[in-house]
Amino acid sequence: MAKGKLTFNENLCKGCGLCVAACPKKILELDKTRLNAKGYHPATCVNPDECIGCAFCATQCPDVVITVERF
Amino acid sequence: MAVVFEPTKGLTDKPFHYCPGCCHGIIHRLVAETLVDNDALETAVGVASVGCTYNSYEYIACDMVQAAHGRAPAVATGIKRNLKDSFVFTYQGDGDLASIGTAEIVHAAARSENITVIFVNNAVYGMTSGQMAPTTLVGQVTTTSPWGRDPSYQGYPINVSEFLSNLAGAAYVERVCVTDYKNIQNAKKAIQKAFNVQKNKLGFSLVEVLSTCPTNWGKEPLAAMDWLKENMEKQYPLGCYKGADITFDADGKYVSGAIPATANNCVNVGEVKK
Repeated sequence: MAKGKLTFNENLCKGCGLCVAACPKKILELDKTRLNAKGYHPATCVNPDECIGCAFCATQCPDVVITVERF
Repeated sequence: MAVVFEPTKGLTDKPFHYCPGCCHGIIHRLVAETLVDNDALETAVGVASVGCTYNSYEYIACDMVQAAHGRAPAVATGIKRNLKDSFVFTYQGDGDLASIGTAEIVHAAARSENITVIFVNNAVYGMTSGQMAPTTLVGQVTTTSPWGRDPSYQGYPINVSEFLSNLAGAAYVERVCVTDYKNIQNAKKAIQKAFNVQKNKLGFSLVEVLSTCPTNWGKEPLAAMDWLKENMEKQYPLGCYKGADITFDADGKYVSGAIPATANNCVNVGEVKK
């Protein structure tokens, strides 16, 4: 049961991967199948049901891509 | 459903021009959040420096000016002495503050100017393509120390927080980093404390933030974070170097602690006539 919901402003993402490493549930990945407007592989949540809404990813993101909601 | 994290109003909509994984974005956000938390966005004045942060006036949604290379503390001095109720801060890198602007920062601290300095230390000149900075570690490879920094030829790194904390005029000096969630929260607390120090007119405050430069270090963003933890934190230990005992109440009002005005142990050989 998901406790959090992530919204990505994908076109700001630069694919640095800091959020991927910061996530305690390991549910974030860089989507290697897509490119955003800047030409980077954007970060995405592969298993939204596992999200706990801790906001570690959003806090670590240097480009303010992620908005976090908690239920 | 509650929003626990959203882009702060203290930042403009303009996307950062910084390289992927650069810590400047995190530090910009912390400064902007502190301004919003203290309802100071309308009155604050920032001074941008030269370096990768030259464009920070485009990103932080308060009034900002840009100073000549290294001169941000001098410009901030003039602004603060005229706008006494504004929160005045400078945002400087290590090439700007520790090399070209050494005189300005030392004398701003010695005069105990009531300004706040956000000092971003990434051990390299970032914008000009990675030359050796005064803060470059011994043995670190840069474009102007291609065999690693050799102390017999290029000298030793400058620990800015340590030497500024020795000045009687410095009220609050702390070194933090932004490598993980806990450290980012500590960095935000340090910036908030520096804000309170200035609001209570206690004197000069400086927050040194250790940052990565993945591009010029030649590392992936995550590897750069690890390199910072393994190497930079040894040369530049985190912690509060001055003003650790200063405390504020919940409203940000000064409660206790040694400040330059009372803890100053300088020899006084005569009364000041006004």
